[in-house]
Amino acid sequence: MGRGVLWAAGLLVAAFLLAPILAILPLSFSAGSFLFYPLPGLSLRWYRDFFGSDFWLPALWNSLLIGGAAAGLATLLGVPAAFGLWRLRGAARAVVLGVVLAPMVVPVIVVAVALLLAFGPIGLVATHAGMIVAHAALGVPFVVVTVLASLEGFDAVQLRAAAACGAGPVRAFFRVCLPQIFPGVAAGAVFAFATSLDEVVVALFIAGPAQRTLPRQMFAGLNDSISLTTAAAAAMLVAFSVVLLLVVGWLQGRARR
Amino acid sequence: MSETLVRFEGVRKTYGAGGPAAVQSLDLDIARGELLTLLGPSGSGKTTTLMLLAGFELPSAGRIMLDGRDIARLPPHRRGIGVVFQSYALFPHMSVAENVAFPLAVRGVSKHDQARRVAKALDTVRLQGLGDRRPAQLSGGQQQRVALARALVFEPPIVLLDEPLGALDKALREEMQLEIRHIHQRLGVTMLYVTHDQAEALTLSDRIAVFEGGRVRQLADPRRLYDRPADAFVAGFVGENNLLPGVVESREELDLRVRLDCGPVVDAQAVDCGGAGERCLVAIRPERVAVAGVTAAELGEGALPAVLTEAIFQGDHVRLRLALGDGGAILAKRPAGMSALPEPGGPAAVAWPEGAAFAFRPPA
Repeated sequence: MGRGVLWAAGLLVAAFLLAPILAILPLSFSAGSFLFYPLPGLSLRWYRDFFGSDFWLPALWNSLLIGGAAAGLATLLGVPAAFGLWRLRGAARAVVLGVVLAPMVVPVIVVAVALLLAFGPIGLVATHAGMIVAHAALGVPFVVVTVLASLEGFDAVQLRAAAACGAGPVRAFFRVCLPQIFPGVAAGAVFAFATSLDEVVVALFIAGPAQRTLPRQMFAGLNDSISLTTAAAAAMLVAFSVVLLLVVGWLQGRARR
Repeated sequence: MSETLVRFEGVRKTYGAGGPAAVQSLDLDIARGELLTLLGPSGSGKTTTLMLLAGFELPSAGRIMLDGRDIARLPPHRRGIGVVFQSYALFPHMSVAENVAFPLAVRGVSKHDQARRVAKALDTVRLQGLGDRRPAQLSGGQQQRVALARALVFEPPIVLLDEPLGALDKALREEMQLEIRHIHQRLGVTMLYVTHDQAEALTLSDRIAVFEGGRVRQLADPRRLYDRPADAFVAGFVGENNLLPGVVESREELDLRVRLDCGPVVDAQAVDCGGAGERCLVAIRPERVAVAGVTAAELGEGALPAVLTEAIFQGDHVRLRLALGDGGAILAKRPAGMSALPEPGGPAAVAWPEGAAFAFRPPA
């Protein structure tokens, strides 16, 4: 009886979380032209439209390019930051951690406005570099958090052991520490990529027509004309997210071994 | 004494400004080829001393000479010293052979020479054939052997061992003690060993430095340390000792007569002790105390009347606790299977040979 109630409540919550996603996915396979059920028939026409369109395809490439570069940059910045934080103790650690994690807590709209004001004078608005830097800033906290978590399982004495073997700090990091925290680093990079992939607010503010990402284009697509290609784009984003989630799960499984 | 390899000169280590010194003005020589043990309770400065030599701590003052060169400010990876850690600190993502090869790879040794030297080092610690395993697949004792091989493989002038057997069970610990001793004798490599276990120190060492309160209390070979401790701390820390408080009644050169607080007057050799009227501690090893289930007069001159309070059978020996005089207590040890014991609660007598009792100044 008690278990039954728990199961029912659990399924309801799962339905609440998944229903909007599950509702949009079948529409992308509709043979008709409108956002409604029942589907008049099944077809791949909206996917054909998506991959044949110079409205959507550049946005997909932008998303992949900006997301990949931003994830790479966030990882390059986040891993050393996490390593430094791990070695810090006391009040300094709390303060620095607060600063590093700020982009995760501050409302994105505030970050977007600040970036627009800051990027304007230095010519980074409406450039790929600007978008990459902005999304990297949003991704760094995810890298720091996952890398810090995997450093908790790393024995600091090993760095001393590496030094006693004659390895300098840089070599000790790359040969001894990094291989062991690599699953955490990769998971952080995936999170940073995912953050960039579904980010729309900053993109609205600082992306020019040439930098429009997939979510940004969906936003535009919904405003201009409601085409079911938007549903196909949404399905693509969902598919990406599921793949990334699986990758993170796989990495974490590896880390536990 | 042979040639000095490492010399601590006035080395001092304090943590934070004005804090107590973890190591106070240390002067210590390590001879080439010896196995020197730093023995002491936790917080005595022995591990800090090892960390100063390894380079993981920087001295607040003083010089640390290795082969005539001051290395006190050199980062650890430039010192070329082998270290074995209590937690092994093996690299879990590398195989045993890769762990042992790591110091060689860092030094740019060719793959061919690496393989040869790794095989030799694994042979030395009797782990031949286990090179392909991961550290997690080995027992604690085997892991510690890998750590030892990794510290030996690049032929450092000195290997530091920081409580390396602390995590092992008793039987394995004793086996590894002998093993380390044999490796030391075979390779002739200088070793600095840190432990809080006095039995381990006695088993292993050429010389032992007893640490307490950031200072070396005594530096001597195991035999001398046990037989002739320099002060009351060493007498109490190394091996078991009865430390009976009393007052010096008379002194002639080193011969003392001491009135124990519990009543009896005994003879003792002055080691570190004042003259008549001064307080002192009389130290007598339990195994030197003879016990008989008879009256004091029957045991001979100098025997003291006592009452056996407890006899604890420990397999190879029996520990006897006796009440002495007015509120005093003394511990005696004797091999099991000797003559019948006195009944607990019954009259007994204790005696010890001339020269078995030493007198020390009580610790401040």
